[in-house]
Amino acid sequence: MSSNNAPENQTFLWRLAAGFGRFWWDFLVGDTPEITVAVLVIVLIVAVLRDVAHANDAAYATLVVSSVGTLALSVARGRK
Amino acid sequence: MIATTSTASATAVLVGAVFLTATVEMVEALTIVLAVGHTRGWRSALEGAGVAILVLGALVGVLGPTLVEIPLTSLRLIVGVVLLIFGLQWLRKAILRSSGYKAKRDEDAIYRETVEELILAGARPARDQVAFVVAFKGVFLEGLEIVIAVLALGTSAHRLGLAVIVALAAVVLVGVVGAMVARQLSSVPENALKMVVGIMLVSYGTFWTGEGLRVHWPGGDAMLVGLVGIFAVAATATVRVMVAGNEGIKEGQR
Repeated sequence: MSSNNAPENQTFLWRLAAGFGRFWWDFLVGDTPEITVAVLVIVLIVAVLRDVAHANDAAYATLVVSSVGTLALSVARGRK
Repeated sequence: MIATTSTASATAVLVGAVFLTATVEMVEALTIVLAVGHTRGWRSALEGAGVAILVLGALVGVLGPTLVEIPLTSLRLIVGVVLLIFGLQWLRKAILRSSGYKAKRDEDAIYRETVEELILAGARPARDQVAFVVAFKGVFLEGLEIVIAVLALGTSAHRLGLAVIVALAAVVLVGVVGAMVARQLSSVPENALKMVVGIMLVSYGTFWTGEGLRVHWPGGDAMLVGLVGIFAVAATATVRVMVAGNEGIKEGQR
């Protein structure tokens, strides 16, 4: 009985995990991968500016300006 | 005094962001529930919607206290990045719709399509599984975005209770208005709301990402309001440029 249920449980868990992963992929990447990639790059640059170069002003300015830039670039891409 | 003012500003942005996100998503969910109710009967439609709300409530109940346990700096970085990506996606879509490059969401058309699909689903039994599943999925999927906004904004600002109450107020308000007019709320300026929500989510996302990376914002929490202004100006300017570009293309085609 339990040996018959094991593959079914595995399939159910696999489908659950796959569904969870698909939800987050669609939610965070979807049809705008450029936004996800840009945000991750921005975070990296701001972290370096803040923690390595100790340039707080440059860090927050970069964060704001590059977020606006990402929006503009993604909108321009969506126009096509 | 300055600290009190900046905290009040941050709270106002939190309340506005959660309320408007919940309103937009609830309008979308309501369209589906009304289509199911009018076509297949109210019992299964309301049961599906009710169970979805219970599952979403359980998600907040389980995940909320867990997220609060994460160290604040890490939590704010994770939440900031998620909100920044999510907000930029919303804002992008709202800008493309406002400038005519993407069709606006049409609640009337979605209502008609859902009704047609449900009629094609065939005869209506006493306990209607089709109606239950369609209503459940509609409310659950739209509600997940409310849950993410509530958890992200509420936990990172340490105001989870307030975020839950504000979201519930929006859900009840839209539900009551929808029930009173007994039709989908197609006259709600959904794209304008989406634009405002996008601006707020991007502002919060930028702010929390900075906080998570230990950036010191000029003006402290009050900078959140400044960010709302910066992104509002950027979004308005982008719409204007895009509209001008779109009109130029149409002129060229004539």
